Amino acid sequence: MPLLHVDALSRSFQSTRALVNATLTIDAGEIVALMGANGAGKSTLVKILSGVLPADSGVITLNGRTYAPRSPAQAAAAGVVTVHQSTGLVGAAGLTVADTLLLTRFSQRGQPFFVSRASINRQAQAILDIAGFDLPLDRDFADLTAADRQLVAIARALANRADLLILDEPTASLSIAESQRLFAILKRLRDGGLAILYISHRTADLQAIADRVLVMRGGTVAGAFERPIDFAATIETMIGRKLQSARPGIRAPEGPPVFEMRDARLRPGSLPFDLTVHTGEVVAITGVLGAGKSRLLSAIFGNGRLAAGEMYLDGRRHRPESPAEAIAAGVAMAAEDRHRSSLMPADWPGSSLAATISLPHLSKWYPHGLLFGGRERREAEQAIDRLRIKASGPLAPITSLSGGNQQKVVLARWEAEPSRLLLLDEPFQGVDVGARHDIIQAIRSRSNRATLIATSDPEEAYEVADRILIIDHHSLAAAPGGATSRLPQEIHA
Amino acid sequence: MTSIIDEATPPVRRNANRGGWLADLGTALRSGAVFILLAALLFGFSAVEPAFANLGNLMSILQAVAVVAILGAGVTVTLAVGGFDLSIGAIAASSVMAASYAMIVWGLGAIATVPLVLAFGALIGLVNAFLIVRLKVPDLLATLSMMFLLSGLQLIPTAGRSISAGLILPDGTTTTGAYDPAFLLIGRASLAGIVPVSVVLMALVAIALFVLTERTRIGRLLFATGGNEVATRLAGASTARLKTLAYVISGTLASLGGIVIAARVGRGDVSSGGSLLMDAVAAALIGFAVLGKRRPNVLGTIVGAVFVGVLLNGLTMLNAPYYTQDFVKGAVLVGALALTYGTVRSPSP
Repeated sequence: MPLLHVDALSRSFQSTRALVNATLTIDAGEIVALMGANGAGKSTLVKILSGVLPADSGVITLNGRTYAPRSPAQAAAAGVVTVHQSTGLVGAAGLTVADTLLLTRFSQRGQPFFVSRASINRQAQAILDIAGFDLPLDRDFADLTAADRQLVAIARALANRADLLILDEPTASLSIAESQRLFAILKRLRDGGLAILYISHRTADLQAIADRVLVMRGGTVAGAFERPIDFAATIETMIGRKLQSARPGIRAPEGPPVFEMRDARLRPGSLPFDLTVHTGEVVAITGVLGAGKSRLLSAIFGNGRLAAGEMYLDGRRHRPESPAEAIAAGVAMAAEDRHRSSLMPADWPGSSLAATISLPHLSKWYPHGLLFGGRERREAEQAIDRLRIKASGPLAPITSLSGGNQQKVVLARWEAEPSRLLLLDEPFQGVDVGARHDIIQAIRSRSNRATLIATSDPEEAYEVADRILIIDHHSLAAAPGGATSRLPQEIHA
Repeated sequence: MTSIIDEATPPVRRNANRGGWLADLGTALRSGAVFILLAALLFGFSAVEPAFANLGNLMSILQAVAVVAILGAGVTVTLAVGGFDLSIGAIAASSVMAASYAMIVWGLGAIATVPLVLAFGALIGLVNAFLIVRLKVPDLLATLSMMFLLSGLQLIPTAGRSISAGLILPDGTTTTGAYDPAFLLIGRASLAGIVPVSVVLMALVAIALFVLTERTRIGRLLFATGGNEVATRLAGASTARLKTLAYVISGTLASLGGIVIAARVGRGDVSSGGSLLMDAVAAALIGFAVLGKRRPNVLGTIVGAVFVGVLLNGLTMLNAPYYTQDFVKGAVLVGALALTYGTVRSPSP
């Protein structure tokens, strides 16, 4: 008997059918990966399983009993626990790891009113023992790495008897080594009989740990793949068309250099490095989290400073004191985490698609100050056509767009006016395969500027770039072999 | 990560009539709620008390709310940049003292006094901005301290006495100046004998700030600063300058409010402007509910101020005791905020 059987599950939001007769089975002691483009129904399925949303129709059977949780607490009581992507919300600054682990317990009835540090640590250690890994119990939650926060969330989820663990994009902010550690832990949990439903875009992750892959498309389970998993086939199922060779033709750097760095140090004491980017070239910088990718891009964009060294843009000294100066000099940057770095909150002025594009260009497009004339609407319409943005129109709220389309809008912002050097920090965050393809094509189609991309995923770097550089401990090393990019396996060999 | 049904927005809207007309009606009612209530109040009060509806009374309502509306517009701008100015009431009160001092002690005329007092307000705004932008003091704390400082500062030049003609200064001299009659016109005259000058000022401030915040790129950037400061800076705007602008506007408008009060009262009362801050903040917050905007907006603030004014005036005419006023204001504010935040829109998937 399977642990979990989902039969013909459907859920609609007004006229949109998010989930249409989705059917799947998960056995105890297996890691099942769930893939699907944005909007394929993954999140809806997860929300129903974790008790956040009710289903419209369909039957879920868990351990042979009908399962229809009305709240996450009910789901957890039945043995289904979910760890969401944003683990920053699991705890809070000022709480120790032990406090965070016991947070849910504190809020239960029947717990003692007075607590001592010793009893907290004892109980927290017991929780870690169940999960089977170690964390510094007295460390402040705010000081934890993203990877450790993930582990805290998993340990807490498993504190009470759980049969099914749902993980939503657990490696999105983890480095390769941290991901490996997580995978080892997940495999151990699986061998202990836990079923794991693992949601991710990253084929590398799934290759490493999935026993089985389920692919969702159009609200239903469109395909199931057993080991050995044919990832080309899974992606084709996911996007519903043949996979064109995503690998672009590598172009040799030609033309004069657009941007140069000489003897640059990102931090006092880090190794100095040089960097040259030519016109029409797309260079990717890859490295683990905290290796200095964002710091490098920020320094070029005037949102931080080099500890030492010089920068040149088109042969002239480049030393911006602020993003405004960098933009004036011809540098554009779409920073990491678009919600934090680029978008306005919903219902706020400037949160439409068109206004998102126009924000840096307002003084150029509206020199007299009054927002009349529809320039931003026209620019937005062009961008929608050019980048194949799916939206109801230029005035659509940016929050109504999917992650991939939001990212296209951010790219459109910086392509709306010509630039000499475009900096993109993690441009494929939360972007599905189809949109990623469009974005890569858009990035590579411009030959009049240089593009520098920072990504922690070597596969993305490989897909987009003419040349890959590796950053480690705040210093760049060209991939050995010079200008050509190399396969991800070689980079991490 | 995945935002769930992404490409779903257009079809949802198109099929809204399929069962969504009720929801649409609800939304429409909610956005128009303040206007509908305002119309109901006007209608109800005129029905019960015919004197309520005459032009003179309506103008006196507007005159009564002019200062609060002007200050509220300033609060709205600071809310737009994600800040908060608690010092406006104190700025207005000190401006009353400053105007009186300038005319009665220094013997200045209206032409010199008005720009001087406006400059005083702008200067306080600059100091606020310096504390908040440069020294990174949290906005509430910075402007709270400024409020304290000003409430005390306005007492020092006269050793705590109110300023009126013939004031005896701490050093024993008797002042010889007086309020410039031209200055008093700001608070007491009416255009064509109908529209008070202060109401005209309120209208000008409302129009100017509405255009500034909603129709110019500076306005867009002010809101952008409040919406996402990081994104605004990374888009090349100087958020420090934008915040400074907001606090200077707020300070200047507060001192304009002070000028109107001084011109109406004709003396520098140490106790003036007691409830101005709360009333102005309340107007700005009631404004969130106007047109269902759920954010600071100048039009809403003005409507909010007028709404409270109509309610108080009508209740006074119906002989409601004066001590119920704060209760009424509070009830309106609670209602407006519940309307703004409490009503869940179409269940987000």
